[in-house]
Order: sequence, then C-alpha cells, then structure tokens
Amino acid sequence: MLRFILSRALTLALSLLVASLVIFAVIEVIPGDPAAFMLGLNAEPDTVAALRTELGLDGSLPERYLRWVGGMLTGDFGISYTYQVPVAELVGARLGVSLPLALFALLLSTVIALPVGLFAAARQGRPTDWAIMGATQFGIAIPNFWFAMILVVIFAIQLRWFSAGGFPGWDQGFWINIKALLLPAIALALPQAAILARVMRSAVLEVLSQDFIRTARAKGLNQRQTLIHHAFRNALIPVLTIIGLQFSFLIAGAIIIENVFFLPGLGRLIFQGITQRDLIVVESVVMLLVFAVILVTFLVDIAYALADPRLRRPE
Amino acid sequence: MKWPVALIIGLGLTVVFVLAALLSFVWTPHEVEALNIAAKLQKPGSAHLLGTDHFGRDILSMLMVGARTSIAVAVVAVGIGMGLGVPLGLLAAARHGSWLDDLVMRGNDLVFAFPSLVIAILITAVFGPSALNAIIAIGIFNMPVFARVTRGGALSVWTLDYILAARVAGKSRLRISLEHILPNIANLLIVQGTIQFSLGILAEAGLSYVGLGAQPPLPSWGRMLADSQTMISFAPHLAIFPGLAIIATVLGLNLIGDGLRDLLDPRIRRER
Repeated sequence: MLRFILSRALTLALSLLVASLVIFAVIEVIPGDPAAFMLGLNAEPDTVAALRTELGLDGSLPERYLRWVGGMLTGDFGISYTYQVPVAELVGARLGVSLPLALFALLLSTVIALPVGLFAAARQGRPTDWAIMGATQFGIAIPNFWFAMILVVIFAIQLRWFSAGGFPGWDQGFWINIKALLLPAIALALPQAAILARVMRSAVLEVLSQDFIRTARAKGLNQRQTLIHHAFRNALIPVLTIIGLQFSFLIAGAIIIENVFFLPGLGRLIFQGITQRDLIVVESVVMLLVFAVILVTFLVDIAYALADPRLRRPE
Repeated sequence: MKWPVALIIGLGLTVVFVLAALLSFVWTPHEVEALNIAAKLQKPGSAHLLGTDHFGRDILSMLMVGARTSIAVAVVAVGIGMGLGVPLGLLAAARHGSWLDDLVMRGNDLVFAFPSLVIAILITAVFGPSALNAIIAIGIFNMPVFARVTRGGALSVWTLDYILAARVAGKSRLRISLEHILPNIANLLIVQGTIQFSLGILAEAGLSYVGLGAQPPLPSWGRMLADSQTMISFAPHLAIFPGLAIIATVLGLNLIGDGLRDLLDPRIRRER
C-alpha cells in the first residue's frame, strides 16, 4: 500500500511540475512585455519599467520560473497588481465562498443521485425506471447557468424567498450564508446529480448481476435488504471515482455560476483578473484550480485502492 | 433492424436544429442585425414568433443564426479533438506498455486536470476572447477523451487472432492500425463523437455566457442568455428560448449517442 501511495505521490508531483511549466509558458507566450500588456497602450515607459522590476521580470526565464514556483511553495503568490494586496490573501478570502459552494453542490448532488439511482436500478425496465432515466437526460442537457437564471426568476423575483445574488460574508452568521449559497448550489448540483444517478444505476445493476447477490437472496434476504446491504455498498466504488472526476466540473461550473449570482468567489476573481489584465492573479488562481483537481484525483485514487485491494497492484 | 426510440427522437431534434442553422444562411424571418427600437422587448406574437430583444431584434432569427455558431464551434472542436486524439490513442495502443504509451496516457491525465473553462481562461488571458479561442479550448479538452477511448478500443482489437495473422503476414503496426484497428473501433468513435459534440455545445454556451466565446456581432445562444440576464424580471422570454434551444440540441445529440450505442452494439446494456 505504501508503495502504491508513493508511486501516486510521485505522479502527483510530476503532474504539478508539468502543469506549472505549461501555465508559466502560456503566460510567457503573451506577445511583448507582460508589464506593458498589463498597463495597456498608453502607459509611460517609466511606469512600465517600474512594474517590470516589481513583477521581477528582469531575471532570466528559469530564474523567474523558480521564483514563481518557490514563492507559491512558501505561500507567497505575489502581489495583485489591481488590488495591491498579496494574491494569497485575495485567494484565501475568495476560497471562503467557492469551496463551500462546491462542497455544498457535491453534497446535494450525492444526496439526490444515490437514492434515485438505486431506486431506478431496483425498478429496472419498469415505467419508474424509464421516467427517472428520461429525467436524467434532461438534467444532463440543461446548462447550469440557465437553470440558475430560472431559479432566480422563480424563487428570488417571483416568490421573493431568496435574494437574487450576493454573499453576506461568514462574519454575518452561518445560516444566512448557507441561504445565499442554496440556489447556486442547487443550480450547480442538478447536472451533476443527473450524471451521478445514471452512474449509480448502472453500478447497482452491475453488482446485482453478480453471484453473491443470488447467494444473498437464496439465504433469505428480501430485495430491500439485498439492495441496501450488498448492492449499495459495492456500487459505491465506481460511484466514488465519478464523484472525484466531477470535482473538476464543479470547479468549472462554480466559476460560471458565481457570475450568475454575483458571488465574490474565485470565479469572479479570475474574470476580474482577465478584464483588468492582472496576470499575476490569473496565473496563480489557474495554478491553484489545477492543483485542486490533481490533488482530488490523487485522493480518489488512494481511497479507491483502500476500498479495493486489487487496484493496489501495479498495472 | 429496429431503430431505438431514443435514436429517432434524437435524430429528429438534431435535424431540426441543423436545418434551422442551414436555412439561416439564406432566410431568416427577420433581418438579424436589424435594430428596431420601436418594437423592442415584444412578447411572443404573430409579428415576432418568439418576441424581440431590447434592440427590437427578432429572437427566432437570432436563435437560427446562433445555431450556426454553436454547431460550427462544436463540430470544429470535436474535429480537433478527434484529429489529434485518435492518432495518439492508436499509437499508444500499437506500442502498448512502452514509454510512448506511458507518455500519451500521462499527458492525457495532465490535460484532464485543466477543466475546459480553465483552458479557455488561459487562452483568453493571452489572446483575448473570440469564437476561435473557444474552439481551441474545447478542442484541447476533447483530445484526451478521444485518445483514451481509441486506446481502450484498440487494445482489445489488438488481442484478436486476425491481428496476429496480419502481423505474421508481415504488416507493419502502422498499416494494421489504419487498416484493421481503426475500422473496428469506428463505432466507438462515432458514439463518443456525438457525446462530445453535445458537451461542446454546452461548453460553447457557457464560454459565450461569461464572455470568453463568440463576440458581438456574431450571435450566440450563450451570449443571448448573458444579455437577457439584466432584463429577466420583466422579459423572461429572452432567457427561456435560448435555454430551450440549448437543451433541445444537447438532448437530441445525447439521445443519438445512446441510441447509436444500442444499435451498433447490442451486447452492452443501456447505461452511461
């Protein structure tokens, strides 16, 4: 097991290294001088030169790359050009919105999808199954930001149960923020829940066709007991992988959904960074997002191997 | 052979949108770029079947032209993904277990770590937003998907006896890949292609919605939704119709994918 974790950790480190090289290279590709790019066309040469020094653009390429990576490793992401505060501080504050949102959505989609998928599998081929599968087809096809807009029209504008956007901040109390995140989380969770329910259904069906299920039935367990004690738990393994993969979609989705609800999260930060040409912010936030995805994949791999010893062997 | 219901419904939906997109080249109910402030924000009615937007432009006409953008972006992006991903997958399978195989698969994992939106953000940060950059971003995102599907399918074909016969007959790995492997995994690729096509439509809409995709005056479903957002409380039809167009197209393509899978490979159960 230790060997497995070590080899996965090595892959993780390599992926991070390559990803950082790619991101660094892309930002370096920008035609001309990043400092001039950030300041726009009408900048004074003096200002550009000052920013160049501030950004540390004077060194050679490898020097600058090492400084960037080294800084990130010690928690120093540089200073945002537009906000004039450390990027780490900005990101920290924004994570307080994006991370709860993504986790909330993940929780919602899991809580909805697993029972629905299990139920559909139990009713395989019957009208209930058809109805659920049809509904999931719709769920997959609905763009989450459009669904978010419809939710706003119904629950914020018509019924006035929720505000149409914004985020009070965690110092204002717990539930008020949960309420502010509820509509965005539902919008984000819907397509994921639809996909997850389909995966759950086929995973359960796969397990139900196994011999040990027949044994369980033969020894006198009824269908409900078999489903809950044997099928559900064994089906969780493939489902766990998909939940891990979905994290990457949740991150991408959160970036868009935050724009619908005017939530001050990482997504808003990254778009402000783009429009204000704050490359330091863009570079660091993208690296952070990629790091999050790679880390989650790593953790899922480990969890998967813990649950299923067959996977610990090298391929 | 009996066609699955999903395939028929899916084809029906998709044909409607493709025809609407093609028709928009020669005819739309109203001029798309014609501004008519006097007729702004009309509800759906006889003059404008689906109503008008804040500039008095006809929604139906904009949807028809927007279908063009969506379909074009998705088709080219899937083409890029297939064009790069399939050869890589064939190569990895032909050299299974070698460092080349490893390199391709690890490269795949790496690209997977960049969500398509993040790729688009990176590209936009450098080159600025445009439909072309949306295509590149979605295309890059598609590449590892096709490489993985191709490799998986090809590996199972490589174990078959007639491949061994071909090798004994002296055919090179390249010729075997092209003449025997590729035709045998074409089914897989077509099914995956339709699914990626629908994901491409969704991705294009998302990118355009946040302003990273098609730029004005090029009509796009995603941007119509973005424009409608400030007016949604008094003119919800501006948001509803583009959304329904996206849903119907994506649903149609997904149903085609599911139906084709059933039709082409009866052995596997309907599942996803």
